[in-house]
Amino acid sequence: MKLESKEPKGELAEKWTNYRSTLDLVAPNNKRRIEVIVVGTGLAGASAAATLGELGYNVKCFTFHDSPRRAHSIAAQGGINAAKNYQNDGDSVYRLFYDTIKGGDYRSRESNVHRLAEASRNIIDQAVAQGVPFAREYGGLLANRSFGGVQVSRTFYARGQTGQQLLLGAYQSLSRQISLGNVTMYNRHEMLDLVKIDGKARGIIARNLLTGELERHAAHCVVLGTGGYGNVFYLSTNAMGSNVTAAWRAVHRGALMANPCYTQIHPTCIPQSGDYQSKLTLMSESLRNDGRVWVPKNLEDAKAIREGRKTALDIPEQDRDYYLERRYPAFGNLVPRDVASRAAKIECDKGHGVVKTGKAVYLDFAAAFERYGESEALSKGLKNASKEKIIELGRGVIKAKYGNLFQMYEKITGEDPYIMPMKIYPAVHYTMGGLWVDYNLETNVPGLFALGEANFSDHGANRLGASALMQGLADGYFVIPYTIGQFLSNEIRTPKIDPNDPAFAEAEKAVDERLSKMVNIKGNQSVESFHRRLGKIMWEYCGMARNAEGLKKARKMIRELRDEFWSDVFIPGSTDEFNPELEKAARVADFLELGEVFAVDALQREESCGGHFREEYQTPEGEALRRDDEFAYVSAWEWKGFNEDPVLHKEELEFENVELKTRSYK
Amino acid sequence: MKLTLKVWRQKSGDHKGYFETHNVVAEEHMSFLEMMDVLNQQMIEEKKTPVAFEHDCREGICGSCNMVIDGRPHGPQTGTTTCQLHMRTFKDGDVIVIEPWRSAAFPVIKDLVVDRSSFDRIIQAGGYISVNTGQAQDANAIPIEKDVALDAFDAATCIGCGACVAACPNSSAMLFTSAKVAHLNSLPQGELEASRRVQAMVHQMDAEGFGKCSNTGACEAECPKEISIDNIALMNRQYIASMVGSDTAV
Amino acid sequence: MNWFIRFLTSSIGQKLIMSLTGLFLISFLAVHLLGNLQLLAGDEGEAFNKYAYFMTNNPLIKITSYGLYAFILLHTIQGIILWKTNRDARGGSDYAVGTATASFSSRHMAALGTIILVFLIIHMGQFWFKMKMGWVSMIEYADYDHPVKNLYEPVEAAFTNPIFVVFYVASMVVIGLHLSHGFQSAFQTLGLNHKKYTPLIKTVGIAYSILVPLGFAIIPIWMFLKDTMNL
Repeated sequence: MKLESKEPKGELAEKWTNYRSTLDLVAPNNKRRIEVIVVGTGLAGASAAATLGELGYNVKCFTFHDSPRRAHSIAAQGGINAAKNYQNDGDSVYRLFYDTIKGGDYRSRESNVHRLAEASRNIIDQAVAQGVPFAREYGGLLANRSFGGVQVSRTFYARGQTGQQLLLGAYQSLSRQISLGNVTMYNRHEMLDLVKIDGKARGIIARNLLTGELERHAAHCVVLGTGGYGNVFYLSTNAMGSNVTAAWRAVHRGALMANPCYTQIHPTCIPQSGDYQSKLTLMSESLRNDGRVWVPKNLEDAKAIREGRKTALDIPEQDRDYYLERRYPAFGNLVPRDVASRAAKIECDKGHGVVKTGKAVYLDFAAAFERYGESEALSKGLKNASKEKIIELGRGVIKAKYGNLFQMYEKITGEDPYIMPMKIYPAVHYTMGGLWVDYNLETNVPGLFALGEANFSDHGANRLGASALMQGLADGYFVIPYTIGQFLSNEIRTPKIDPNDPAFAEAEKAVDERLSKMVNIKGNQSVESFHRRLGKIMWEYCGMARNAEGLKKARKMIRELRDEFWSDVFIPGSTDEFNPELEKAARVADFLELGEVFAVDALQREESCGGHFREEYQTPEGEALRRDDEFAYVSAWEWKGFNEDPVLHKEELEFENVELKTRSYK
Repeated sequence: MKLTLKVWRQKSGDHKGYFETHNVVAEEHMSFLEMMDVLNQQMIEEKKTPVAFEHDCREGICGSCNMVIDGRPHGPQTGTTTCQLHMRTFKDGDVIVIEPWRSAAFPVIKDLVVDRSSFDRIIQAGGYISVNTGQAQDANAIPIEKDVALDAFDAATCIGCGACVAACPNSSAMLFTSAKVAHLNSLPQGELEASRRVQAMVHQMDAEGFGKCSNTGACEAECPKEISIDNIALMNRQYIASMVGSDTAV
Repeated sequence: MNWFIRFLTSSIGQKLIMSLTGLFLISFLAVHLLGNLQLLAGDEGEAFNKYAYFMTNNPLIKITSYGLYAFILLHTIQGIILWKTNRDARGGSDYAVGTATASFSSRHMAALGTIILVFLIIHMGQFWFKMKMGWVSMIEYADYDHPVKNLYEPVEAAFTNPIFVVFYVASMVVIGLHLSHGFQSAFQTLGLNHKKYTPLIKTVGIAYSILVPLGFAIIPIWMFLKDTMNL
C-alpha cells in the first residue's frame, strides 16, 4: 500500500492558503442532504460537529458520556499555544512551527505542522468570541505565560482550567447547533464498529449504553475525534473511560495505526501511592515556570527520606542536586516533557528517589516564594521586611497563580505544598501516535477522518506543552470543515445511505457476537484485573525506556494475557442492559490488541526519538540518539488478525524547510 | 480501615430502590471512588452485580461523579468532588450512607447513576454566544476589565455535576443556570443576546421540572467549585429587567 | 399580556410575588409595632384607642388595609403553590441522612409561614374581628365629640391571661425566624445584591428580625407583669 500524504506543493507558508482556496466545495443545497457522523465530543469532535453543523451539513454526533461536556479535554490544565506575538518577544507562525517540529524530534509532517501554527491564531480569536474567559492583564488585554520547550511566552490560559473553558466553548457551540436542529446528539452511545460500503466509510454500529441495544447509523462519511490510547498503560492521567475502541475498530476495518509507540510521559504528576490506585493526576507543566526540580545529592539522604527519617526540609542547599538546571543550563527546568521525564527516571533509578517506592523527585517552590516575596515587599514599600514576611508574601503570589493546583495537590496527598516541596513523578499523559491520516485528515479508508489526539499527524515523537488543545481545535474548527469537502464534493449524487444495507447487518452481527462471547465466558477474573496487568506490562517494558529484549517479552506476555482474558474474564449481567462492566470489557479487549502493536512498533523503531527511548540508542551523555537516515518515516501498521503479525507501511517524511538537528536544550 | 457502607441499589427507574449493606476494608490514602472500586471488585469476586456509579476524569473537573455521602452531595469536604474526596476524611469503623442525587428532574437510571440531560437542554436553550466559526475578530480587539473577566471565569468553572440540585431542598437548578447566564451575560461578547439568553434558559429550566429557588444557599455550600449564589441574584435581576423592561419575549 | 402571565408564572416570577408581598408585610410590621407600642403608654389605653380609631377611619389607610389583606392572602397562596411544586420537584424520596448545610429558617419557611397563618387567624379573630363586629365597649375622650371603640379592653383581657401571653411570645419567635430568612431572601430574589452592600442588607435583616418581634413580644409580657405584680 502506498501512503500518499496529499501534501500540496509549493511554498510552505503558502500551502494551506492556496490549497484552501482551490479545494472542492459542496453547495449549500447539497450540504443539507449530506449526512456526517462525528464520534467523540472532546475539543476535536465537538468543534468539528459544531462547525460542520454551521456549514449546513446534517450531523449526527456520538459520545459514550452522559453529556458532550464530559470529554477528557476538559481536564487539560495549563494552556493553549498561539503564535499571536502579543508579548512582542519574537514569536511568529514560523517559530511556532519550528518549535513544534523540533519539539516533536523531527518526526512530524512539515505541512501539517505549519497549518497548525497558522490556525493557532484563529483559535484564540474564535474562543474569545465564544466567551472563553482567558486570563487578562489589568489593561484588559490577554495574558500569556511560557511553557516547556520554548523560549517565548505564547501560552494563553484560564487559570489551571484552560481545557475546561475551551471545551465548554466548543460544547456551547455544539449545543447551539443541536438547538437549531443541525446536529442530532446521541449521548450514552458507544461506537463499536465502522461500516464500510464499497470501500468507503458509510456508518457506524453504536451501542445504546442505557438499553444495550445495537443501533445502525448511516452517513456519507465518518469523523473520529475519539482521543488517545494512554489508558493502555492502565495508570495514566487519562480519564477512566478514555479508550481506543472507536479508532481500533476502524483499524479492524482497514485503517492504519501510525506510530503507536510515541507516548508522552508527563514529568509532573503526583506519584502513585498504592496498588489500589486507579489513575494518576497531573500537576500542570506551568508549575515548572516557578518550581525547581531536585533530588538529594547523597544516596544516604535519599534513603533516609524514603524511610521517613528525614524530610526535604532537612537537606541543606549544598546537598541538593537541581539536576535539570545542571544538565540543561539553557532551558533549565523548562526542558521539553520527554527530556524532563527521562531525567527524573534516571535520578530515581540511581537511587535518589524520594518516596517510599523510590519513584519521585521534588518540585520546590521555596526559591519562588523568596523571589516573588521580595518584589512584592518592594512594591508594597516594605523595607527591611523579615524573611518570614517575604516568604508569606511570596506564597500569596504563588497562590494567585497556581492556587487551584496547590489545593488539588493537598487534597490528594494530604500534604501542604506551601511548606513541603511537591513530590512528582512522570506518568503517561498523551499519545502522539494515532490513526494515520493524510493532509486532509482522511485515513486510508476513504470517507473516514480522524481529528485531534486520535490521529498521529502533528506532534511527531513528542508533543510540546499547550499544543494538544491547539491541535484538537485547529482540526475541528479550521481544517476539517474545508478538507471534508474534498471527499464530500464527490458524494453529492450519493443518495442517503441505507442502514439496511447488508454491510450494516454484517457489522451489527459481528458486534453482537463479540459482546455475547465476552459475556458468556463467565470466568473468574474481573475486567479491571486484566487491565491492571496489561498496564504493568506496558509500563515495565514499553514505558520511559525500552529495549529489544523487553519489548519481545512484552509482546509475548500481552498475547498470553489476551488469551487468558478471552477464556477467564468474568462480566456480570447481560448485553441487553445498562452494563458498565461490559463496556469496560470491550475496551480492555481492544487495548489488549493495541498493546501488542505498540510493542511491535517500539521494537521495529531502532532509534530513540521524543517519547520513544530505546536504551540501545543513546549518546554517551545518555541523550536520545535519533537515526534520521534510517527512521525518518511514519510507521503505519495494518492489523492482520489475532495471531498474525501486523504489517508495516511507511510514509517517508520529507523536510524541505527545517534542517534535521540533534535536539539540544543545553 | 474497616468501613460499613449502606449503598443505594435500584435496578432501574421503574424499580423500587433500597439500601444494601457492605463491609469494605480501605486505606486512608485511597480516594472515595477507589474505595468503591474495592467494593465492586469484591462483589465481582462474589459474582454479584457491582454498584453502578458514574465517574470519569477522577480529578474533579468532568462533573461525572455524583454521590450523596452521609446526606451531603460529594461528601463532607467542602469544595471537593466525590472523586477528590479521600478516605483520610473518614475514621476506622465509620458507617457511610451512599445515595444518588435525588430530584424529579434527575431520574435514577441504575443504582447511583442518574439522568442529567436536563442540564444539556438548559444550555441548548441559550447557554452560548451565537458566533459561527471564522467570524471572530482579533482576540485583543475587545479588552475586558480584569475583574470582569475573573468574575466571568469564576462562574464558568461550573462542572455541571448537579450537586446544587441535589443539595437544594427544592431541587432547584438556579445555581447551574445562573452560573452560565452570569458567565456569558457579564462579558461584552455575550451582551447582545443577554435578554434572550436569560429568558430562554430560565423558561427551559422551569420546563424541566426543577423546583423554585428559596435562597437557602445550600447549593453554594455544596458546590464543588464553590460558585456563588450572587450569580442567582444576577440572574433574577436580569430576568426581571428583561421580562419587564426589554422588547425581547422568548 | 401573554408575556406578563408567563413572567409571573415563571419560577422567578413566582418568587418575585413572594418577595414583593413579603417586603410589604415586613414594612407593615414596623408600622403596626409603632402603633402597638402605645399600649405601653400607661394611660389606660387612651393613646392606643385613639390610634385604633384613626386607623379604622382614615380612608387612605382603609384602602391600604385592603391591600394588606390581599397581600397576606397572595403571599399565603403563592407560598402554598411553591411548597407543593418544590416538593414535587424533589421527587418524593428524601435522603436517608438529613442535609444540614442550609439554615433552619430557610429550610422551614413553609412550616413557619403556616404557624404564622394560624397565629394571624387567632390574632385577628381576637381583636380585629371583635372590633369589626362591634363586640367591644365604647369609651369617651374629652377631645373627641363622640365615643370610640375601646380596643384596649380586649387587649388587656388577653394579655393578662398567661396562656395568651405565652402564645403571643412564641408566635413572635416564629415570626422572627421567618423574617431572618425572608428579609434578605427578598432582596436576593429581586436581584438587589452588591459586593459592597449585601453584607449591610444581611445585618439589617438580622437586626430587624430580632428587634421587631422583640418589640411586639414586650407588650404582652409587660402588660402581664404589670397586672400580676400590680406595678
